[in-house]
Amino acid sequence: MARDRAGLRTSPRGLALIALVPLGFLAVFFVWPVVAILRLGLREGGVLDTLASPDVWQLVGFTVAQAAGATAVSIVAGLPVAFLLARTRLPGLGLVRVIILVPFVLPSVVVGLAFRALLPDGGVWAIILANASFNVAVVARTVAGLWTHLDRRAEDAARALGASRPRTFTGVTLPALAPAIGSAAAVVFLFCATSFGVVLILGGARLKTLETEIYLRTVELLDLSGAAALSLLQLGAVVAALSIGAVMRRRRETALRLRGQAESARRPAGGEWWVVAAAFAVVVALLVPVATLVARSFQSGLDGYRALTGIGYEGSLDISGFDAARNSLAAATDATLIAVTLGTMASVVLVSLARNRVRYVEVVDTAFMLPLGVSAVTVGFGYLITLDLLPGDLRTSAALVPLAQALVVTPLVIRIMLPVLRSIDERLRQAAATLGAGPWRVWREVDVPMAGRSLGTAAAFGFVVALGEFGATSFLARPDTATLPVAIARLVSRPGELNNEMAYAACTLLIVVTVAVVAVVERVRVPVGEF
Amino acid sequence: MLAVEGLTVHYGALAAVDDVDVTVADGEVLALLGPSGCGKSTLLRAVAGLEPAAGGTIRWDDTDLADVPVHRRGFGLVFQDGQLFPHRDVAGNVAFGLRMKRMTGRAERVAELLELVGLAGYERRKVTELSGGEAQRVALARALAPRPRLLLLDEPLSALDRALREQLAMDLAGLLRVAGATALVVTHDHDEAFTLADRVAVMRKGRIVQTGPPEEVWRRPEGEATARFLGCGLFLPATVTDGTATCELGSVDLPWAPAGEVTLGLRPNALRLTENGEGGPAGKLLRSVHRRDHVRLQVRLDGSDQVVDAVAAIAETPGDRVHLRLDPDGLAVLRRDARQGE
Repeated sequence: MARDRAGLRTSPRGLALIALVPLGFLAVFFVWPVVAILRLGLREGGVLDTLASPDVWQLVGFTVAQAAGATAVSIVAGLPVAFLLARTRLPGLGLVRVIILVPFVLPSVVVGLAFRALLPDGGVWAIILANASFNVAVVARTVAGLWTHLDRRAEDAARALGASRPRTFTGVTLPALAPAIGSAAAVVFLFCATSFGVVLILGGARLKTLETEIYLRTVELLDLSGAAALSLLQLGAVVAALSIGAVMRRRRETALRLRGQAESARRPAGGEWWVVAAAFAVVVALLVPVATLVARSFQSGLDGYRALTGIGYEGSLDISGFDAARNSLAAATDATLIAVTLGTMASVVLVSLARNRVRYVEVVDTAFMLPLGVSAVTVGFGYLITLDLLPGDLRTSAALVPLAQALVVTPLVIRIMLPVLRSIDERLRQAAATLGAGPWRVWREVDVPMAGRSLGTAAAFGFVVALGEFGATSFLARPDTATLPVAIARLVSRPGELNNEMAYAACTLLIVVTVAVVAVVERVRVPVGEF
Repeated sequence: MLAVEGLTVHYGALAAVDDVDVTVADGEVLALLGPSGCGKSTLLRAVAGLEPAAGGTIRWDDTDLADVPVHRRGFGLVFQDGQLFPHRDVAGNVAFGLRMKRMTGRAERVAELLELVGLAGYERRKVTELSGGEAQRVALARALAPRPRLLLLDEPLSALDRALREQLAMDLAGLLRVAGATALVVTHDHDEAFTLADRVAVMRKGRIVQTGPPEEVWRRPEGEATARFLGCGLFLPATVTDGTATCELGSVDLPWAPAGEVTLGLRPNALRLTENGEGGPAGKLLRSVHRRDHVRLQVRLDGSDQVVDAVAAIAETPGDRVHLRLDPDGLAVLRRDARQGE
């Protein structure tokens, strides 16, 4: 029956208690600092002046233009790959899944550096391509997720009615995929518009986006009112993009319920080989910057790797490369633990609300996504002016870095866990209840075992993303607690060939760890979820 | 004993179940029969505790179940499509209720139940590798294992193909008797209802319109809509005297029919070809179609342009003239006034 309602309610009080933890975290470590920064900026006045300045609108123009460009490139590049993953059965597809994910989880600094090694002249195109290469995976995976479940017979019917392959694609397949493409586009646009490391490294002093300008004004010009104005602008844009994404997601989830179980993958035929060729071209293109980076790291033998034991040319770092790597691992581990705990709690609350037919769940859902889109610099600076009010002044604590990373990773955990929990048939839980399982026992016996594997996936992805987090970390890490991405950025900003070699070697280290984790995740992948 | 009184369940403004009274005695199997959307599944889910009641009471013996949550009601539930736990094997599924109730001797009970449903030795099988029929048997074993006070079956056989469905319906009927189960079965299939149930309650638009033993419901539907749902396609006024009903198509012995003015409901098998090819109302054969165990005929009656369904043992040639007779097996008797107002 279509009208299954929640019959086994998790008690509202218990739910509220669980909700309190992630919401409390969000309030203390996100809303409060951000609001404090905004208030600080607004109090100083000059916000309107900033917003009236033509420079700012030029900045907005460039931010939107490069994000739109990168989004368009990711969609064009991602669609053939989505086709490859969803509709074909060829050897080596598992490897393709891993390869496209590598840029997505690589530290943005590393990707930026890779493109600098590849296109030394940098410029707009370098920024667009770097941002796009990040997000091909998001497009390919989100779209492939829907495409796999799309009933192939609608296309077969169109073909039988005389439509050519391209006509069938534009007339039947593309409209059916539109929700997934739209949802992916919203997320990708968000990622590109707030991309920090890539723009910072490739744009230099010439090309600036809102995100880098906020950083610049906050850290170097101490223009807080200007930064606050820009943060407000960015926040508005982010909420808009997230809302569009949420609407698209809702439509897609309705669509997914209609899926045919029929296996839709088969050997490509005829013109489909061209699409397959295009997909492999994209995959190779994604590999080029990474390969360049690895090659550069070995250009002078193992010098770069040996240098990691030291602190760089003329003491560019305060700690050795390996100490930075140890910091990275420790911070990412803590961040992952925090994020998985919070993300799971948030997912449980969100899915329970949805099961109880509570309206406006999307609003709560979107609230949890906000940290993805708000300038990490705003958050980081907000910490510095608010957290001294908490007991045991966190500002000088090493715990601040994992907390900030957890803020970025938690939305990712939610995006992975929520679809899995939502896909569990309510009647399965009802069956458990009629057999004598109380509300909490149902969670333990049904939801936990079924979502367990994706919890592992979420943890692994969270770990690599935390490992590569740059924006907030660069702001919060003290010299002796610098992580590898922070150390890399510092190394490339200082002169000395040794520093460059060391940076490339450090990038390769990060790539190896990332690829290893992603490959393991792929082994135990659950075919639900968005990433 | 289950006693439902004045039960109402709302979906928004719609009363999916509207002021329903129904009882299931200990050891009795009651079928809720009705077309899809009539509220029968909602009623069953309300009894299970999965739907909140807007009004009325649900009692077991003398206990009001309003404040008893799903997992404490001790009712077993079988869904249309099994809903086995995919992360547990067959034994893990069957033992689930036993674990929840901390019963001992689980392995023996599991083996006993699998034996009962004809799947002895299936303990370690993965549920994803079972056929539809096997999965449904496991679902039944799982529901029966903790010895539920009441077994709730929601379209238990509808997801299976027809041959399997008929086989399993017979098995299930025997099994419910052996287990001495008290059960409430929801179905839209009257064959299934009549095979399984001691008593049938016919539901329409959220209300129970008729309750009685299968034979009574089959022969004496309370109105035309119910009669149509039970296969009658043609309705004729008739007079019953001394156990014989007479209508425009002839006379037929119906010793169980009440005397007086009635309406006869004719199922296709109420009209057959006469043995000698003569006598009875005549008509022109339009179509002759093979069904599984009979041939379905369409005949245009002489004199009127009325097209009626009939059955025959072997195929006939369309265009031929045929003679028909009434067969009491295919007839239902309705009160004359029951035709009005439908």
